[in-house]
Amino acid sequence: MRIVLRNCGSIDPENIDEYIAAGGYKALEKVLFEMTPDDVIGELKTAGLRGRGGAGFPTWMKWNFTKQETDPVKYVVCNADEGDPGAYMDRSTLEGDPHSVLEAMTICGHTVGAHQGFIYIRAEYPLAIHRLEVAMKQAREYGLLGKDILGSGFDYDIEIRLGAGAFVCGEETALLQSIEGHRGMPKPRPPFPASKGLWGKPTVINNVETWANVAQIITNGGEWFASIGTPDSHGTKVFALTGKICNSGLVEVPMGTTLREIVYDIGGGIAHGKKFKAVQTGGPSGGVITEENLDTPIDFGGLQKIGSMMGSGGMIVMDEDDCIVDVAKFYLNFTVDESCGKCAPCRIGGKSLYNILEKITQGHGDENDIKQIEQIAHAMKIGSLCALGQTAPNPVLSTLHYFPEEYKAHIIDKKCPSGKCKKLISYEINPSKCIGCTACSRKCPVGAISGEVKKPHKINGNVCIKCGVCKDTCKFSAIEIH
Amino acid sequence: MIHLTIQGIEVEVAEGTTVLEAARKAGIRIPTLCYHPDLKPFGSCGLCVCKQEGSAKIIRACSTPAAEGMRIITHDQDLYNVRRTILELTMSTHPSSCLLCTRNNKCELQKLAIEYGVREQPFEVRLAEDRKDRSTGAVVLDPEKCIKCGRCIQVCHELQGVYALEFIGRGDHTTMSPAAKLPLGESPCIKCGQCITHCPVGAIYEQDQTDGLMQAIADPQKVVAVQMAPAVRVAIGEEFGLKPGEVTTKKLYTALRRLGIDYVFDTNFGADLTIMEEGYELLDRIKNNGVMPQLTSCCPGWIAYVEEYYPELLENLSSAKSPMMMQGAVTKTYWAEKAGIDKKNIYSVAIMPCTAKKVEIRRDGEHAASSGEWDVDLVLTTREIARLIASRGLDFKNLPDSEADSPIGEYTGAGTIFGVTGGVMEAAIRTAYYGLTGKELADPEIHLVRGMDEVKRGEVDVESRKVRVAVVHGMANAKGLLDRILEDKKAGRPSDVDFVEIMACRGGCIAGGGQPYGTDDDVRKERTEGLYEDDEKSVKRCSHQNPSIQKLYADYLGEPLSEKAHHLLHTEYKPSPLYKD
Repeated sequence: MRIVLRNCGSIDPENIDEYIAAGGYKALEKVLFEMTPDDVIGELKTAGLRGRGGAGFPTWMKWNFTKQETDPVKYVVCNADEGDPGAYMDRSTLEGDPHSVLEAMTICGHTVGAHQGFIYIRAEYPLAIHRLEVAMKQAREYGLLGKDILGSGFDYDIEIRLGAGAFVCGEETALLQSIEGHRGMPKPRPPFPASKGLWGKPTVINNVETWANVAQIITNGGEWFASIGTPDSHGTKVFALTGKICNSGLVEVPMGTTLREIVYDIGGGIAHGKKFKAVQTGGPSGGVITEENLDTPIDFGGLQKIGSMMGSGGMIVMDEDDCIVDVAKFYLNFTVDESCGKCAPCRIGGKSLYNILEKITQGHGDENDIKQIEQIAHAMKIGSLCALGQTAPNPVLSTLHYFPEEYKAHIIDKKCPSGKCKKLISYEINPSKCIGCTACSRKCPVGAISGEVKKPHKINGNVCIKCGVCKDTCKFSAIEIH
Repeated sequence: MIHLTIQGIEVEVAEGTTVLEAARKAGIRIPTLCYHPDLKPFGSCGLCVCKQEGSAKIIRACSTPAAEGMRIITHDQDLYNVRRTILELTMSTHPSSCLLCTRNNKCELQKLAIEYGVREQPFEVRLAEDRKDRSTGAVVLDPEKCIKCGRCIQVCHELQGVYALEFIGRGDHTTMSPAAKLPLGESPCIKCGQCITHCPVGAIYEQDQTDGLMQAIADPQKVVAVQMAPAVRVAIGEEFGLKPGEVTTKKLYTALRRLGIDYVFDTNFGADLTIMEEGYELLDRIKNNGVMPQLTSCCPGWIAYVEEYYPELLENLSSAKSPMMMQGAVTKTYWAEKAGIDKKNIYSVAIMPCTAKKVEIRRDGEHAASSGEWDVDLVLTTREIARLIASRGLDFKNLPDSEADSPIGEYTGAGTIFGVTGGVMEAAIRTAYYGLTGKELADPEIHLVRGMDEVKRGEVDVESRKVRVAVVHGMANAKGLLDRILEDKKAGRPSDVDFVEIMACRGGCIAGGGQPYGTDDDVRKERTEGLYEDDEKSVKRCSHQNPSIQKLYADYLGEPLSEKAHHLLHTEYKPSPLYKD
């Protein structure tokens, strides 16, 4: 089922005629000539479209707040600052079907009474930027952007603003600061952008995928959209499926599809016949989902219940070789790196949390660590200014919840069960399997392996750098990780 | 009005009141570190988080407006734990060497640590490695102590419009610094010191020069002559447990003498002298179609700002030196000759509410040494002199009164109100009226230039003509007016204003960067009232009535704007780049 990605791959994104031939700009025409702004908002309400940027806030409410504001100057903003590791839903949508976003933003402008839109997109997306520019130029030529759109008397145009790749600029208040030319730092809410946004004016801000749904809802009706998905979440969701999976790529599925269907039916299961361990959804703000919850229907509420979140749609599959503490550390490293540094809980809490995980993976963990992790994580969730800091502890808390034994193994036994944390493992040669072929000792980059030909060899643990070359080299599976 | 409950206590507040302010009304203090009543809510410290009954949403009390029917929980065990953790995390990046800190006992972080009974540091301590920045000679940055609350940056941008300080780096590497980590001395910093008085900890402070004074006192060759600014007398008492605004002029004279200072003068005399020169300069510009409007020149923060941001308006600045510099020049010439003391042996010290004054004493080369020596040798802020007084064991509160030394210690009410916004204007009008009409004003109080409005404008009737005046305080507030003046100037239009007073600090010198900590609008109001009270009690309330000033002109200077007056009491300005080499 394709709503968001309906045209991706099937039309030439640089040719507006193909978009129009596929039914494009019909919705805009309908909005301009057949519907009142209240009709549009009513349709979105019936559709029950929720923001696809992660938080799932009802889109009609955002539009309605801004519509009700009396300020004559209002703005519409598209958040295309996609930044979750491994996620590229927004980029693909913009590259494959840029008009779907332009059309929706224009519909919104007419509905709420705005005459200027901005697309905030990271500069690392040159192709998407190029295609947006081409699309905007063509739309202007066709009278679909600019003065007096389709002779309706409605003026509306869109500009592109490039982001410098700071993850926090995906947070709406930071994004608006960045458009204004300030340092990308979140501001306390209230006031919300819907009433005081860009340059203090009422502003609707939606994510790319949310925009891409709008024209379809107008064309096919809110009830059609509401018939897809679950009672909690209507429509579809695009996920970027990656990790230890046979088929990785973008998938668009109706809300309510189970994770098992995505991983096994669509993704083709775990690569190299390994065992499934967990899926991380919601990127660095989400959490892990384990075997026991694979049959949970995916929607906003369902994921939250099991300690993860929808997020923007990153979905990373892990197998038995992945160390769960290392995974938590990876995500935390990302948020610590991307924290803007404004609020104390996120700036200091995140780094302190990371240092504790680092200590645990280095084999220096102690029993107090779990308590401290929980204490800091809670303070971050309550005290951080924006969602980046509030959700940054999620990967740690959810892995801790589902894999307490693995944490204990690191902290108490000083062992890494998946053999990932180098400080906690040693490579040893099983003498009963080693035939003394010397292949490993010749490959070892640091000369840590010694022994006579045709006799079992030995690894000097003090010299070994745990690079694993010996294990890959050995044809007799004689090298084991302890 | 809005009705809400805070911890079950019903409160009624005006629309626009924040939950934080409403809680204070209910007698409940929510802890904060980044909040300051002068600034917009910033939301960085994370300590003011509160809950609402029946909602899972966490709110920040500093930025959430009170709404009808709200039921706010400001304190419960969970919030205590969260706040304590955030506090401990903040402390894990802040040195705990409180004894060695300029803010010891006056630190907002320390106060919270005491309240929460923090006795050990549970988290790994990580301190910033950036070095102290002493490049301005007035304002010291100590990044190791910075808790990144953002107050200094907000002050520098929004209150002062100077943009010298910024957040640099991000995440854990965030620091407060001038752009590109340049030394502060090379930045657009105007040394107003508002970052100091708004810093909750000891990360920014004045360059301490108290040693300079004590060495001079100990030197038998040196005759130490001190002057003190108007604003000091209504604030220094706060350092010794007195109320803000209490006029302590005569105790302070005594304290200075007991420190071993030989002669105690008063900058208020210099202020009266400034009015004579600046007032007559204005009359001269009006009569001879000079460059208008005339802009005041007593505030060194403002002078640095205009030299950087509005070099086109330098010819509009009054060439009159500040009261401090006039007082210094007169001390080492007129008084030195009168007292028969070699000016080379005079050590001239100024006690100021201001950090920018520390650099003003060298800013204009030969003009700063119009006596042939440096006219002022050293500037100490109110905070520094208070420390010296305390360290000499003087019981300030109970010191007996004494008088300033004659003849350059005598002052009028006009001189004393220099310390508040609008004061220079008011004093100037009192004398200009006399200068234009030959008559004294019936009521010397000019209320249209008083008060805390950011820009005060009005017209003063001077017989047949109207003098159009404007008063601005808080450096950022000057921009609109200056842009307008500049626009008119470029277009060749006459300006719609004749005389403009500009002070860098909100409220004027009473809230200067060298004043005791804890300044907010309530404190400003009390200090302001103190100076107006000093004025009201004065027998003479106009500068031209000061007999010592009259004598100075009669015996030494001749008349205002005379050649001698020009040499000693006037200066020059030059454009300055925002970023210095």
